[in-house]
Amino acid sequence: MNSTVTTDTKEKVWGGGNQPLNASYGKLMMWFFLVSDALTFSGFLAAYGFSRFKFIETWPIADEVFTHVPFFHGNFPMYYVAFMTFILIMSSVTMVLAVDAGHNMKKNSVTWYLLLTIIGGAIFVGSQAWEWATFIKGDYGAVETRGGRVLQFVNSDTGERAALADFARTMPTTREAHERKNGIWYYDEGYRPSYSLEEVASGLKASPNIVIRTEAIHQEGESQGEKTVLSREASLEKIKDGKLVVEGANLIRNEYGSRLFADFFFFITGFHGFHVFSGVIFNLIIFFNVILGTYERRGHYEMVEKVGLYWHFVDLVWVFVFTFFYLV
Amino acid sequence: MAHEHKLEIFRGLVKFKSNTQKIWGVLIFLTIVTAVEVALGITKPEFLTDNSFLAMKLLNWIFIILTLVKAYYITWDFMHMRDEKSSLRRAVVWTPIFLVFYLLFILLFEADYIYGVFKDGFVAWNF
Repeated sequence: MNSTVTTDTKEKVWGGGNQPLNASYGKLMMWFFLVSDALTFSGFLAAYGFSRFKFIETWPIADEVFTHVPFFHGNFPMYYVAFMTFILIMSSVTMVLAVDAGHNMKKNSVTWYLLLTIIGGAIFVGSQAWEWATFIKGDYGAVETRGGRVLQFVNSDTGERAALADFARTMPTTREAHERKNGIWYYDEGYRPSYSLEEVASGLKASPNIVIRTEAIHQEGESQGEKTVLSREASLEKIKDGKLVVEGANLIRNEYGSRLFADFFFFITGFHGFHVFSGVIFNLIIFFNVILGTYERRGHYEMVEKVGLYWHFVDLVWVFVFTFFYLV
Repeated sequence: MAHEHKLEIFRGLVKFKSNTQKIWGVLIFLTIVTAVEVALGITKPEFLTDNSFLAMKLLNWIFIILTLVKAYYITWDFMHMRDEKSSLRRAVVWTPIFLVFYLLFILLFEADYIYGVFKDGFVAWNF
């Protein structure tokens, strides 16, 4: 299989050309690269575990954060991520079928299976982009306190989350935007939330059915595992700690709770998404090589197998990210 | 090159006729495992969330074990680790397992300690 092996070195153990692990150089190096990559991902996930254990009583609940499915309204925790997982496993299957067809030197099957793998990978990356966009946009909005904790709002009649738009009062403002033409020194004012803190606070005072939900998770009792909902009086007291209105999430603010949660979300799924993206690129390259007949002329499809290893690894990592970010 | 594949999974309980058939069989198994995970994640049965083992909820133990099961079949059957020499398999598998468990042990214990400091150590962090 390996064209660099010459038969006359066989009897000399140290003369080179031996394959003690029965795998070619390229395949072996791919395995060792995957080991180091696995350690990188483990480092990220372990750091996530570290932060989560540190703030175990206030960490956001993933079920309440990832509740959206494209084109559908309503509350569907986990469904879309499960779909993404299935897409990735499915593309892993078409990849291994391509490898298998390569062993049997079936050029046409390899081509088709690789194409399906690329499509699966593209759907996954697209889904991840959508997931990011939804996460960044946010859904209900929240207030951040001076201590950096996040206060969310609940409708006490229904027990459901209340969006800022549901109760915040629009108040006339004398605020005027500073524009470039008005001064020598000009800074872009940057992102501004749709409501000011005063509007949210006075809206809360005026609506008797809105209460505050804090980050603290009940550790025991009937509502164990749920976030703490304050009474009406405590809510009116708590809103005084508010410092700014947060909508959506970024690397600094996070309406869903702990900022570290958003940071790790961007970092871990981003790093994984980058792997999927580069995997799609590799698949595209060998896809065109297969069509051009490169591997047919080479006499073997080992390159498909090596890229396949990388692709399966991406799937493998996702299985862990899915568990530790979304399920546990 | 390993052209010949070992065609049995579950320690020989299920045998397949060809490699292609085995791939589909493993896919069905992985899909079932994922479906079970999602179903448990949505329903969250109370006896699994209320009881814990080694300071972790039974539900989370189930998730982690099922994840390792999935990882095993992806590596063994999709990445063909089953067909590799045992020396390659051990070098690739046990190295990360050892290092990752070591790292997890250190970081999670340290995090739990810091949690204790925040909780009982008169540190004002929620003001």
